[in-house]
Amino acid sequence: MASEFEKKKKEEEVFGAEAATSLVKELRATFTSQKTKSYEWRVSQLKSLLKLTNDHEKEITDALRSDLSKPVFESYVYEIALVKSSCEFMLKELKHWMMPDKVKTSIAAFPSSAEIVREPLGVVLVISAWNYPFLLSLDPVIGAIAAGNAVVLKPSEISPATSSLLAKLLGEYMDNSAVKVVEGAVPETSALLEQKWDKIFYTGNGKVGRIVLAAAAKHLTPVALELGGKCPLFVDSNINLKVTARRIITGKWGLNNGQACVAADHIITTKDFATKLIDALKLELEKFYGSDPLISEDLSRIVSPNHFARLTKLLDDDKVSGNIVHGGQRDEINLKIAPTILLDAPEDSLIMNEEIFGPLLPIVTVGSLEDSFNDMNSKEKPLAAYLFTNNKKLKEEFVKNVSAGGLLINDIALHLTNPYLPFGGVGESGMDSYHGRFSFDTFTHKKAVLYRGFSGDVSARYPPYTPRKLRLLKALLSLNFVGIIRALLGSSN
Amino acid sequence: MEGVWSEELRKTFRSGRTRSVEWRKSQLRAILKMLEDHQNHIFNALLQDLSKHPIEVYRDEIGVVKKSANYSLSNVEKWMAPKKGQIPLLFFPSRGEVLPEPLGVVLILAPWNFPISLALDPVIGAISAGNTIVLKLSELAPACSAFLASTIPLYLDHTAIKVIEGGTDIAEQLLQQRWDKIFFTGSPRVGRIVMSEAAKHLTPVTLELGGKCPAILDSLSDPSDIKVAAKRIAGGKWGPCSGQACIAVDYVLVEHEFASILIESLKKAISRFYGGSLENLKNLSRIVNKHHFDRLRNILKDPIVAASIVYGGSLDEKNLIIEPTILLNPPLDAEIMTEEIFGPLLPIITLTNIQQSIEFINSKPKPLALYAFTKNETFKKQILTETSSGSVTFNDVMVQFLCDTLPFGGVGQSGFGRYHGKYSFDTFSHEKAVLHRSYFLELEPRYPPWNDFKMEFIRLAYKFDYLGLLLLLLGYQLRRTFTSSHLH
Repeated sequence: MASEFEKKKKEEEVFGAEAATSLVKELRATFTSQKTKSYEWRVSQLKSLLKLTNDHEKEITDALRSDLSKPVFESYVYEIALVKSSCEFMLKELKHWMMPDKVKTSIAAFPSSAEIVREPLGVVLVISAWNYPFLLSLDPVIGAIAAGNAVVLKPSEISPATSSLLAKLLGEYMDNSAVKVVEGAVPETSALLEQKWDKIFYTGNGKVGRIVLAAAAKHLTPVALELGGKCPLFVDSNINLKVTARRIITGKWGLNNGQACVAADHIITTKDFATKLIDALKLELEKFYGSDPLISEDLSRIVSPNHFARLTKLLDDDKVSGNIVHGGQRDEINLKIAPTILLDAPEDSLIMNEEIFGPLLPIVTVGSLEDSFNDMNSKEKPLAAYLFTNNKKLKEEFVKNVSAGGLLINDIALHLTNPYLPFGGVGESGMDSYHGRFSFDTFTHKKAVLYRGFSGDVSARYPPYTPRKLRLLKALLSLNFVGIIRALLGSSN
Repeated sequence: MEGVWSEELRKTFRSGRTRSVEWRKSQLRAILKMLEDHQNHIFNALLQDLSKHPIEVYRDEIGVVKKSANYSLSNVEKWMAPKKGQIPLLFFPSRGEVLPEPLGVVLILAPWNFPISLALDPVIGAISAGNTIVLKLSELAPACSAFLASTIPLYLDHTAIKVIEGGTDIAEQLLQQRWDKIFFTGSPRVGRIVMSEAAKHLTPVTLELGGKCPAILDSLSDPSDIKVAAKRIAGGKWGPCSGQACIAVDYVLVEHEFASILIESLKKAISRFYGGSLENLKNLSRIVNKHHFDRLRNILKDPIVAASIVYGGSLDEKNLIIEPTILLNPPLDAEIMTEEIFGPLLPIITLTNIQQSIEFINSKPKPLALYAFTKNETFKKQILTETSSGSVTFNDVMVQFLCDTLPFGGVGQSGFGRYHGKYSFDTFSHEKAVLHRSYFLELEPRYPPWNDFKMEFIRLAYKFDYLGLLLLLLGYQLRRTFTSSHLH
């Protein structure tokens, strides 16, 4: 018994090509059995996910605390509650999303009827991230299940407590012939990526995104990439300073201490307004996190020593030594970095050239916000762009000229909680989108279906070809009814 | 040269000119005018490249493009309008919308089999969505390539739409560059290369590939139905470019007893449509080049495959013509049944029961199109739910391509992404989510420091439980599943 256990454990430890192949084979068998396609199965699995989340709130928040010292409140707002509302939204809408869409047909195929039938893609792979390890694992899984797929989830090894909790809970609550969790790091992910999937959904960074895409190319697998980028935050001077400062803090440090793909990366504001804004931010920061933010329970820590080193390197860059105007404190043992503000860091400094993904907030001053919208076009497209203003014209310019996955005016990150808006990037911030109906669509194939009878054949379609047939075809394709009638009357065929 | 071009295109794109509805419409009209003015040139080019009959050219190329351009012209303004999203009351006051925006500079790689329509149809989508475009034509249809390369710049905005001729080396050079979208029509083999290259720049890709498109023929009882089905299969196999089409019928599945009836009906249709023997064949495109001719000849060389030929099988090497050829039950492991045929050979595979066709189709990669001739409603439903393909057409072939309201595209081995009509517009657009908030009404519980009240508030808010929220604000204590001990 003991040796068998040992053996099993050993097998689990080496999740290589063989294990990955047999895993996919098993899921494909389940998918082929048609089980996952039924409405009932999808609903039962969504309900199980909801129950899993409801039953284990405490364990989930504990795991997130262990992985990231994430404040319970943040865990609830951005992870647990979003997973729940996502499940509930699907449960409410799924039935009518699954219905085929009737569409009009063209006269060239008359008489006929047509519809678009939604079918699941098959066996899909979800590779998740460490910063919102619960939400970013389950939200895509919810979409995959709602669309009727079999799914393998690979949570991030950088948030180990949540990863193992997900493996345990999904094992207990879900239909294990169709929903699997594979834990692990690079070797396990590589083994998974060698398999043929019907869709890969990856959340993470552009470097790994390229690897995922290249691996998918071998099997012609479509890929959704949810990446990040340097999300800019434009702040106009005519705004309610206090509310703005509070929303900025929530949208930077209140999002996993800046370790979020939609967190504001840097602020762009006018020269004269920068000091006012900094003062307001300082004041509100103290109200939120106290005078020593390193000991605040309401701020997440940096996820790992690697990321801690990466962030301190940005701060210790000689080019920004004179630019830190607030914060800068760090606690290497507890992996904490205080909310830090930099003013006018040089354009060629490290911090201005890579996604910050942490509690450092550079403020860039410009002459005019409008001009800076245009400067955005020479940069990579971010996942989100934010603007705080009361100026209607500026808003219009912003919406028209700034390209990003999503735009949000007068707030930060809130758009991702809206199930009616697609969430996803463009260009360097990724491809494809999800949330709400878009999650269902991203895991669905829209199959075109055309029904014809045996009557109503237009002889013009077939050879032998005659000039008369050409006339009829021209009329048909251009919907020229008089032409059709004339061609038909003239045709003795 | 391509490098300079892409710089110019990016500059044009940044100028914002291609975004206006006027520009888009003017370009669509220019395409229509170009086709109007040069109809005979196109007929000639296709006669040279593929010996396509002018009516076939009109049906599959000119007509298709005109129809698409007209459809886009009358709808593009509607497509461009932002879609208002519903917003939960809790976000009040706020306003959400989805705004389609062009992706930027896109690359379209066109194939040789429908060298006009499969080049211009995606271009119409890219223009409608407001992009700047590089169109790379296939060197295997040189007359059409030369025609488009010389004519497009005369009609379309040449600072926004560039045409490039050339072979593999040019395609490789183009793929090294960074694009905002690549739209590829061709084979899975090249599709993989395109996607791997695109991965380096995180470029989204649409792959329009092919596959072995099956036609299921149920044992129809009415002789006139059989005649119609045979006509449609014959038209859908040898009609469009002599089977060199991604949605052409690749093979037919029938019950044993029905095979001879089908073969007889097909023979009749062939002799009526295309003539009786190799010498007086008409209305049939030729094979595109020697390479493909040899590929098809080799398929037939296998002695067991050759023995299964029940009609046709003659080849005219000089003119690159292959007679419409029917094979009955060639070996399933021969190339003719494992690879996409892409030519005028039609294998008929017999089954004991037509229901077995589902299993047969599922044992192969997902095709771009699936055709089924049947009057059995239960069987139709079964085909729909138990097989997967880009599209399913009942009782006809090819016509799904003409419906602008239906998405056209593959799944699995037959590709991904879709186009035609609104789907073409979507393929070349980014759906930008926009949420407007105001400063009015600030929800205090969004902010730290955190406490129990705020937690309760957020719980209710996410359930959109407005009564609960009101009670909470009025100071009522609500049921708590979360005890304060969790809140450190």
